[in-house]
Order: sequence, then structure tokens, then C-alpha cells
Amino acid sequence: MIEFSFINHILLPPLLKGVWITIKIIILSAPAGLVLGILIAVGRVYGNRIISFLCTAYTTFFRGTPLLVQLFILYYGLPSVGIFFSPFTAAAIGFILCSGAYHSEYIRGAIQSIKKGQMMAAEALGMNKFKAILYIILPQALRRAIPGCSNEITSLVQYSSLAYMVTCIELTGAGKIIANRYFKYTEVFLVIGIIYLLMVSVVTKFLDMLEKKLKIPGLG
Amino acid sequence: MPEEKKIILQVEDICKKYGKEEVLKGISFEVRKGDTKVIIGPSGTGKSTLLRCINQLTIPDKGKVWLEGEEVTHSKKSINQFRQKIGMVFQDFNLFDHLTALKNIEIGLIKVKGIKKEEAKKKAIEELRQVGLEQQANLYPAQLSGGQKQRVSIARALAMDPSVMLFDEPTSALDPELIGEVLEVIKMLAIKGMTMVLVTHEMGFARSVANEIIFMEEGKILESGPPYKLFNNPKYERTKKFLKKITELYGESDEKND
Repeated sequence: MIEFSFINHILLPPLLKGVWITIKIIILSAPAGLVLGILIAVGRVYGNRIISFLCTAYTTFFRGTPLLVQLFILYYGLPSVGIFFSPFTAAAIGFILCSGAYHSEYIRGAIQSIKKGQMMAAEALGMNKFKAILYIILPQALRRAIPGCSNEITSLVQYSSLAYMVTCIELTGAGKIIANRYFKYTEVFLVIGIIYLLMVSVVTKFLDMLEKKLKIPGLG
Repeated sequence: MPEEKKIILQVEDICKKYGKEEVLKGISFEVRKGDTKVIIGPSGTGKSTLLRCINQLTIPDKGKVWLEGEEVTHSKKSINQFRQKIGMVFQDFNLFDHLTALKNIEIGLIKVKGIKKEEAKKKAIEELRQVGLEQQANLYPAQLSGGQKQRVSIARALAMDPSVMLFDEPTSALDPELIGEVLEVIKMLAIKGMTMVLVTHEMGFARSVANEIIFMEEGKILESGPPYKLFNNPKYERTKKFLKKITELYGESDEKND
């Protein structure tokens, strides 16, 4: 039987602290990862050969290696070259870098789906490349990329649990400590699972609303 | 007298190669203020490439372009300053899909010319009225018919107060019943004295509106002259054949009875 007094008094207080850390990680990493993704995607499509190559190398590395390995490098590896991050910072940086790589692929696909004539018309009006990208290409491409980017953000909510592997005690980490102490793995991880489900639902709902709000006839 | 009118656009010896294929083999012509020049010719003869070479959307391999006496090619000035003065209308409209008709016109004014928002809006509405679409100001491109889209795109180019307008087959992507409304707008511009270069297959229209028709074939100007001369007394058999074929195909409904 699930004991409610255990959940209410012993489990929930530390979990809520953990949830707060998780939320902080997400609120920081999701927008920063998206911005990074936009920059990388634009660099890949419109950059010169060097920039384009660097952006491709970036995505290849971060999509091609396990996130956990990336986090270990950031937290356990970098101190050997004199760079120290707090667990929270290491986790946040890792998530930003990783989700940026995934976002960039969704956004790149969306940019490449925009008809060439859009850029041509912008340039014919006298816009430079930068303005054309900012005012004409990205507003269209980002709308098209919303479903893919939403997917990445909901994944981020879930893989934020890896933060505890670099000793950043967020939701999963907080739960694991309690579970270990009381040997109540089922209850603890069931509750944690429900909390993740709630968070993902809220994020999904928010992103759906955003997509609807930004919807333009004939685009998307 | 036409000879005394100021030269707006001058094109000299434009050449362009794509790989081994020579698309343009030395094109030269000039356009004077208020002129309407119509470029005709079989498809694949480089007419669209020529227009794009004028505002450097395609960089020619050789040749020079002057706009109002200033050299556009090899200029120290940014090409964007010239492009503002060269309005361009595309075959497939290229309206910005995420912006309403009104915003499509405003954006160049605000982001390129740096005009204040309220002023830009006023100007944009005025331009929409000119092409008869002020009722459609808040519709997105996907909500407009082809003819309406093309009229908005003409208004977008006009709003920049260009010295010359380039039209790249402006009616070729339209359903037949929508061609008239677009030609009507272009005709109105001609009457108002806008300087224009058009690539088109609408021979009736060319005949009634152009001061000069340029017949291009295989990347060269084969012959050029006023419409009556080209239609009634062309120098080359090839010109005659082309005009006959294209007139049969597109009709002459727009011909003026003069």
C-alpha cells in the first residue's frame, strides 16, 4: 500500500525543493538553447564556409555523443584544465549546448523549406542579408519549426533529470536520496514520474497555445 | 522630344555564363525617363537573368549597369542603396507569407528606408488604394487571389519610390481571367510616366503600352524598335515567326485600335 503520510511528510518537502531546481534549469536552458539553436542554424545555412563548417561540427558533436558524457566532461573533466562549474551551472550549460544542437536541426530544416523567392524579394527591396534573415526568413522558419522545437523542449524537461549525475540535486536526485534511505522505490519514483508528466503537460499546453497564437494563414 | 529625356537606366555589354552555357552574350540598352521597354523572346534566352543582373540579384560576369548616371556595378556604395531605387516584380509574386498585404508594403519602408511606422502605414495604404486593394489590407498572401497578390507586390515595389520598375513575367503565373487586372495596373503606371522594363508574353499589351520592344534570342538582342515596326515590318524572319506564334498563343485582346 502506498502510505500517504510518508508521501506527504517525508517525500514531498524535499521533492518540492528538487522540482524548483528542475524548473530553474528548464526556464534557463529552454530559451537559451533555442537562441543557440537559431544562431547555429543561421550560421549553417547562411554562414561562409568556415562558419558553416564550425556549426556543422558543433551539431555533429553534440548530437553524436551521449548527453551524460557531455555533462561529465563539463563537471568532472574541465576542472583538470582549470575550469570549475558548480553542479547547477555545469548541468545548465550542458543542457543549453545539447538542446541548441537539436533545435538547430529543426530550425535549419525550416529555413531551408522557405522558398528562395522570399530572400530574393527582400534583397530586391534593398535589405541586406542580416535584415532579410531577421525580418523575413526567421519569422517564417521559426513558425514552421515550432512542432520540432516543442518536441525538443519536452525532451529537455525529461533529460534535465540527468543533472543529478553531476550532483545537482533536482527532482530525480532528491527522490533518489529518499528512496535509498527508506527503500521505497516504487512510491518515490511513481510520484516523481507523475510530477514529470505534469510538467511536460504544462509545457506542451503552453507551446500549443503559442503555436496557435502565432499561426498565420498559409504558413506552417 | 523623346531623345531629350533623361537616361534612367543604362545597361552595357552584360554577359553571364552558367557553367559552360552562355546565357547572356553582351546585352546593351538604355531606358529613358517614362519609357516602357518590353523584352520578348523565346524562353531560355536569358530575359529573367538580364533583369536580375540589373539589380545584381545575379552578378553578371561582365558588363556595366548605370542608374541615373551612377554606376551600379563595381560601386563603392552598397548595392542595397541602388536596389531601393529599382522596383522589382516577380513572376511568382514573392510576397512575404508571414505578413499581411499592408505589412508587406510597410516593411521595406520601415526596415530599409527607416520611415516611421505611422508614416509608413499611411504610405502603404495609399499604395494599396492605387492598385485597388485597400479593402484587402489586413489579409495574408494565402488569402489573396493570384491577381491580388501581384497587385500587392507591385504596390510593395512602388512604395519605395523607385526610379525604374522591373517586371519579370508579371502575369505568367496567373489564371487567364486574372491577367487583366494586373495589366490594368501596369498600364496605369505607364500612363503616369513610370519608367519600366517588362519581360512579358502579352503581345497585345506590349503593342499598346511599350515605346520599344526588344527581341532577345539566345542571349543576344536580335532586334529592337517601336512596336509598330517590329509587328509590321521586322528586320528578321525569326522575329516575325516568334511574334506570329506568340500572338496566336496569347491573343491580342489588349490591342489598342488606333
